[in-house]
Amino acid sequence: MASAFSATAKFAQPLPLNTTSSARSQDKLSPPALFDPFRTSSSAATSPFLGSTRQLLCKSNRPLSHRRSSSSSAVVAISDVKQKKPKSSSNLLITKEEGLELYEDMVLGRSFEDMCAQMYYRGKMFGFVHLYNGQEAVSTGFIKLLTKDDSVVSTYRDHVHALSKGVPARAVMSELFGKTTGCCRGQGGSMHMFSKEHNVLGGFAFIGEGIPVATGAAFTSKYKREVLKEPNSDHVTLAFFGDGTCNNGQFFECLNMAALWKLPIVFVVENNLWAIGMSHLRATSDPQIYKKGPAFGMPGVHVDGMDVLKVREVAKEAIGRARRGEGPTLVECETYRFRGHSLADPDELRDPAEKAHYAARDPISQLKTYMFENKLVNESELKAIDKKIDELVEEAVEFADESPVPDRSQLLENVFADPKGFGIGPDGRYRCEDPKFTQGTAQV
Amino acid sequence: MWGIVGQRACRHGSSAMSLQGTRPVIHALRSFSTAAKEMTVRDALNSAIDEEMSADPKVFLMGEEVGEYQGAYKITKGLLEKYGPDRVLDTPITEAGFTGIGVGAAYHGLKPIVEFMTFNFSMQAIDHIINSAAKSNYMSAGQISVPIVFRGPNGAAAGVGAQHSQCYASWYASCPGLKVLAPYSSEDARGLMKAAIRDPDPVVFLENELLYGESFPVSAEVLDSSFCLPIGKAKIEREGKDVTITAFSKMVGYALKAAEILSKEGISAEVINLRSIRPLDRATINNSVRKTNRLVTVEEGFPQHGIGAEICASVVEDSFEYLDAAIERIAGADVPMPYAANLERLAVPQVEDIVRAAKRTCYRSSSLAATA
Repeated sequence: MASAFSATAKFAQPLPLNTTSSARSQDKLSPPALFDPFRTSSSAATSPFLGSTRQLLCKSNRPLSHRRSSSSSAVVAISDVKQKKPKSSSNLLITKEEGLELYEDMVLGRSFEDMCAQMYYRGKMFGFVHLYNGQEAVSTGFIKLLTKDDSVVSTYRDHVHALSKGVPARAVMSELFGKTTGCCRGQGGSMHMFSKEHNVLGGFAFIGEGIPVATGAAFTSKYKREVLKEPNSDHVTLAFFGDGTCNNGQFFECLNMAALWKLPIVFVVENNLWAIGMSHLRATSDPQIYKKGPAFGMPGVHVDGMDVLKVREVAKEAIGRARRGEGPTLVECETYRFRGHSLADPDELRDPAEKAHYAARDPISQLKTYMFENKLVNESELKAIDKKIDELVEEAVEFADESPVPDRSQLLENVFADPKGFGIGPDGRYRCEDPKFTQGTAQV
Repeated sequence: MWGIVGQRACRHGSSAMSLQGTRPVIHALRSFSTAAKEMTVRDALNSAIDEEMSADPKVFLMGEEVGEYQGAYKITKGLLEKYGPDRVLDTPITEAGFTGIGVGAAYHGLKPIVEFMTFNFSMQAIDHIINSAAKSNYMSAGQISVPIVFRGPNGAAAGVGAQHSQCYASWYASCPGLKVLAPYSSEDARGLMKAAIRDPDPVVFLENELLYGESFPVSAEVLDSSFCLPIGKAKIEREGKDVTITAFSKMVGYALKAAEILSKEGISAEVINLRSIRPLDRATINNSVRKTNRLVTVEEGFPQHGIGAEICASVVEDSFEYLDAAIERIAGADVPMPYAANLERLAVPQVEDIVRAAKRTCYRSSSLAATA
């Protein structure tokens, strides 16, 4: 288990009792280059942890700075490793095909979300819409490593998770328009993307609600293998959630039970530093979320969530660990959302300098730069992908536009898997057997 | 206690329900066979869960103290020894967490039985019961069904105070996507528990702590391992013609006692055991009211927005012309449950309250004595 995460960002292992410092003793496991969070490097790819908070720290002399420097763990950022190695393709992190796949997935996520914004302002989409711009590296980095049987559980910011997992763009767009051809027939909406075929288990509006559900899905994987004796049942579940959720009780309850029962789950924190207008630092006593893993007996890893290659490396290890039956992992991805919390959020509280700082680290541009520098692709191939995705998204919008709205009779459908659950009608027969059951008003 | 023999005779004679295509077990029994065996509700539940777990390996049990402690109320006694710790899971005290884990497992086709030590603790997990269990089949348009059972004791026990005595029937019964069951006798407990475990939808199974130790006669048919009761059908425990009394769970026993007292005074009361709170068997209730023209609803929970309120509304909507008197609602007192024994007795309906209410609907008493 020793060197699993050594090539990447900060990590913390569960330590035996009677140690107080979080990771000093782990130094021997990784190369000795220490990462000083306050030292800026020349390459844009490395950056201090909680970048924007440097300003806050300078202003308010919080004890946080003391704590961080005393507990900085041994770290080598992937980009440092890259700079040291010669530029030969055999040492690269991805092949050309993988690179194109990652690029296409991130561009799909970005274009789709941009199109959602357009459609919302044109009135075709309504209600709550939460966009994922800027966080594509996390979704692509993790989900592209999964098989079809693995499950993904997300929050309300779930469009791109569903797309990465394989739900067709036209199904997601129709769902957002509220049409009957949507992935949930228009009954779920933006915040409730479900797909049984692709094992997307939602889409939950309450933060923290998806975490126990994901833990249950992981439990099923283990149960099927051990009790039902299905030998190939090793599917892994990923739970995506944000920094605000990490203060919620359900999160801790599930860290406990997942570690206790060694469930095949990876808890992925998309720490974008803001929960609507509440800064992570104002809400959390110890903002370094990855440290909460070892408290429950699982490794906690922090990774730069704006770099898809680093995320992918960490994801490989974490998913591999879960698949081998070694238990859960907590991965904290430091990332950023370029837009507001939702399309209704005026987004006034965030510092424009912070936004600019992260906009400069756009994951799509970073991947492009990496692929060009390593001569994996040329301009025209990427442009072809861009064009293809544009057409795909436009076609999805057309499809959604032309799709019909649900019939009135769909209102009462799908409440129960066993429709007799509506009870007995006045004529003594089950209500659902009445042919006029779903017509008319909703009175049951 | 109304014997099983008498009950069969009643059903034979009743023309109120004629369901086509429902389980034939109800109509099959015509012979009043051997002397009825007695079984406690606790044993009924234990045997039902045991049989369903042995029949389907996907069924598993999860809750606090269900394993090594043999169950906080000994309902799950012996199951850990029989099925092992992989299928009978003792959880940490994390209702929200383990309820959610049960729901997540149900998404993938397992059939969890989640036990709450009492339904008061389900409030810590109610987000998962409602939002991720009840609504999922709808939100996913039928892709993901949740075959989960939430069970545990509900309602007042004896002297346990305000935070351990609330009845959650009306809370859960108002939520679409859930099925809510409340058994009374051992036959109800066995049949409804088996139906709930086999059901593909989330079921809230409200037991009663004080009923666990009570014995009821059960026929051989009930003891059969494929015995199941239909969800959504009420049972007429006692036929009558003057006033209808509806009740569920422990109040059915009180209603039956009240009916005995009333029969000595010349009032023939029909007692309906609701069995299923959601879906409510409005057909049976309305047919009964159309026969007797008077209604008394009995429940243990708080009166406002309770089960009685829903039954009143249903009867007023469907059988208004048939009512000869205002509907009487008997419910618990509109206060958090007090601790002192005498106050607790005042806060919960007693048999005398039901008798008084029934007499009021028959215009036999003119006093406006407050219902308890």
